[in-house]
Amino acid sequence: MGFLEKRPKLIQFIFLLVIFFSMCFFISPSETNILWRFPSLFAGVPLAINNFAEYLMYDWMLIEIYDPELDDYEESALVKEITRSFSRSVLFCIEIIRDILLGGVKTIVAFTSWDFVKENQWAVWPALPWTLVASATMLLGYALKGKGLALFVGFATFYIAIFGQWEPAMETLSFVLIAAPASFVLGLIFGVFAYKNTTVEAILMPLLNIAQTMPHFSYLVPVMVFFGVGDHAGAIATIIFATPPMIRLTLLGLKRVAPEVVEAGMMNGCSNTQLMFKVLIPTARRDILIGINQVIMQCLAMAVIASFIGAKGLGFNLLLALNQLRIGQALELGICIVLIAVVLDKLSLAWANKPTDYFSDLNFIEKHKYGLCFLVLLIFTSICAFLGSILFADGINYLYLIPHNRGITTELFWQAGVDWMVDNWYHGLQNFNTTLIVKILMPMKAAYLSMPVSATFVLLMGLGYIIGGAKSALTVGGFLLFIALTEWWDRALITAYMTTFGVIVSVIIGVIVGSICAQNSFTSKAILLVCDTFQTFPSFIYLIPVIMLFGVTDTSVLFAVIVYSTIPATRYTVEGLRNVPQSLQDAGSMSGVSRMQRWVKIEMPLAFPHIMLGINQTVIFALFMVIIGAMIGTDDLGQYILKALSDKNGIGNGLMLGLCVAFIGLAVDHLIHTWADKRKAVLGLN
Amino acid sequence: MIDAKIFQEAGCVVGVNNASFEVQKGEMLVVMGLSGSGKSTLLRCISRLANTTAGEIYIDGEDLLKMNSKQLIELRRTKMGMVFQNFALLPHKTVLENIAFPLQVKGFSTDDSIKRAVEMVELVGLNGRENYFPRELSGGQQQRVGIARSLAVEPDIWFLDEPFSALDPLIRKEMQDEFLRLQSVLNKTILFVTHDFSEALRLADRIAIMKDGVIEQLDTPANIVLKPATEYVRKFTKEVPREKVLKIESVMDPITHTSDFGPLKVSKNAIIETVAEAILTEQGNVAVVDEKEALVGSIHASKIIQILFGNTNLSGQNK
Repeated sequence: MGFLEKRPKLIQFIFLLVIFFSMCFFISPSETNILWRFPSLFAGVPLAINNFAEYLMYDWMLIEIYDPELDDYEESALVKEITRSFSRSVLFCIEIIRDILLGGVKTIVAFTSWDFVKENQWAVWPALPWTLVASATMLLGYALKGKGLALFVGFATFYIAIFGQWEPAMETLSFVLIAAPASFVLGLIFGVFAYKNTTVEAILMPLLNIAQTMPHFSYLVPVMVFFGVGDHAGAIATIIFATPPMIRLTLLGLKRVAPEVVEAGMMNGCSNTQLMFKVLIPTARRDILIGINQVIMQCLAMAVIASFIGAKGLGFNLLLALNQLRIGQALELGICIVLIAVVLDKLSLAWANKPTDYFSDLNFIEKHKYGLCFLVLLIFTSICAFLGSILFADGINYLYLIPHNRGITTELFWQAGVDWMVDNWYHGLQNFNTTLIVKILMPMKAAYLSMPVSATFVLLMGLGYIIGGAKSALTVGGFLLFIALTEWWDRALITAYMTTFGVIVSVIIGVIVGSICAQNSFTSKAILLVCDTFQTFPSFIYLIPVIMLFGVTDTSVLFAVIVYSTIPATRYTVEGLRNVPQSLQDAGSMSGVSRMQRWVKIEMPLAFPHIMLGINQTVIFALFMVIIGAMIGTDDLGQYILKALSDKNGIGNGLMLGLCVAFIGLAVDHLIHTWADKRKAVLGLN
Repeated sequence: MIDAKIFQEAGCVVGVNNASFEVQKGEMLVVMGLSGSGKSTLLRCISRLANTTAGEIYIDGEDLLKMNSKQLIELRRTKMGMVFQNFALLPHKTVLENIAFPLQVKGFSTDDSIKRAVEMVELVGLNGRENYFPRELSGGQQQRVGIARSLAVEPDIWFLDEPFSALDPLIRKEMQDEFLRLQSVLNKTILFVTHDFSEALRLADRIAIMKDGVIEQLDTPANIVLKPATEYVRKFTKEVPREKVLKIESVMDPITHTSDFGPLKVSKNAIIETVAEAILTEQGNVAVVDEKEALVGSIHASKIIQILFGNTNLSGQNK
């Protein structure tokens, strides 16, 4: 018994499992048995939320509003007027950019009227020729960083233009260019406030936790109710989604600034504002730049999801293509989105890192060379566009604007590929698919669904108790209770089963691949680069190839989940293993360990807490992907959230479902973080 | 004096306890103590980076603790400069930008501040590295930037918080020489914090030795070595090679009528070690002179031998 006596936690855990399984065995599955399923006490909450939102929107604080068209005062609700005018201003900003990029009349209309535009045919804002936008972005890339970036930007813009995605790409860009800076500024402001005031931080933290674990879809309904449908709603939903990581990273960065640097700033006579903007924020730039990167990624990840509430552009087209199973087109669109994401990311990074040369004694031309270059480009491309209008007199002016879907396309090639795969691999894949579903997924799903709710509580709260004491048990219990009291416990179990399956496979793959690659520095760098690249892809991109292979089934979703969430598992494994102190490695070598012994006895135990944090990320990623998988068709919480989108009274359902998903994530997050922190403290790692 | 034990029982630590002293214009006061002795806290109180709970600090007759934040900022912009142990350079700015930073904060135009920064770069000998980032410099070079930055606004009072502690011994020596050279040119009022006793002896006009927040002794280096006030101070002075620390002045004998001097003259400010060999070759008394070549004392080879090899306490013979 010596082995067990030394490990009291293990005994507790075995004891817990025994209770859990006996509860599963003895509690009879009947709807009236409270130990089997809790009554849905929260069933009325969604309706209450709906009514409250409606009251807020339409009946609360009525004010008199002047209507210029009726020349009369009308009664309207304050909140509605505020959100409406907010929507209008966001839309106005988006449309200015859109008119500049693609031409149009909306900005002119905003200052005059539709009648004015109809009467005056000349009153149209001309689009910039795509050649100008492309070359000007290249110029920007060159000015900020150099030839390499210019070439990459050139490749990206020409790709988009040549493949005929110019118009939707510019539409997407126009709302990203509003949403990304807005998220950045908001995140910075909130981050600074949280840094300055601990009360603000204490309030913000739980909100951020929920906001970052809530699935994208569940934001859409409230946004739709309060701000309506359209590009502005998409931009607002994007801002809500992209701001939390920015806040978090700003706060993290500011907290990491060395106190001496702050003191140096103060001794140099900085006022509070100077200290914040000249010392703190620039010194925290590393984390803030990661924040910008996150913001841009989130914005483009939302491009597709925002199209559910009327955002135009690549995302909308991608959604259509996915729905019509036009894989080739979806692939091309996906690449466009990734390209835009990478270009924006690289440009913003280059801008933030640009050095200044104080010694250069420049004349007028040298000082303004980029401005002058731009002018030259403007004139040159305009002439090209004009020549083009003569050259392509009978149709499309390819030198001015390439209309949607008139570029070259590789769709046929991909379609042929899919067809070929269907012809050749269909049986193999189908057999695999069926076996997986029948032999593993169905039994697993059934097992999850046959868990009595009380047994689940005992298991997870007990786990919480073993890991972090009574406080953790109550925290986890609180999260679970919320879900158990809604009417979606069964759906949550299905979500949990898919997530579990995805996580198990991802972790196995991730830890193995990570461990192999961590063996030398070259492969570690390579695999981290691969992880970085894959993380740049917006999540739904992963759905495209899997549909290609497995069609519309649970297997597709699970494969997407596995591919997507293997990234953090691999990354954290590599990081954890590589960060094992060199002195310990040397000590191991001098003791004569073999490679396997080194991995098992030295590296793994030390890296394990960090790997657990990776597993935590894996869970969150998997949860997200499972929910997005609803676009393919699953029967879990995600599907219900998707349904709430098209429901007039969806706001309550959407929010409650979103919270259910968030709470699953937070419960797991809490358990793993508590464990990893304790373990790290035991091992003396920071 | 506060009884620190009462505070400890209440869970507080007394940072600086009953420290009263004056620093004259152009003087270099070195605050010496081991870690936790309160020396950095003392410096932070005087620069008001830390808040004091009691007491008064006067700079040019103005009570620093009564200043509002606006006055304090003004004071820091004009009269104070500070160098930090870990350099505390702004990582996103180049050497030049770091040095120009206090000027830009003050409201100088970019051109003016850069012009002044270039002068400072020359002063600390970093020519050619103007556009390097701090991460591209060695520790010694980074601290040169820190020094240049703290001097850019031409402050009257110069705070240095263990400026050379993070450097390698060889570089440290080099930086101390550089620091002495700068001080001989600039003649600032200096508060210098260090945990290195030999550094304190090397640089200081006066040394304050701190322990547990209390100043144990505040005196000239020679007096500290020769007449340690407490047992704690004595521990530090025990191992100090006196000939490397003391100046001729502190061991010379007064002039008597019988004095008969050879041709050799030594300056009263010379460190004993540097002139020991010359004195030892002389048979009789050697004349000690001041800066104006006026006779101020005499010294005999036997005294030097006593200092070099003897173990006797020298205090008391210094009359």
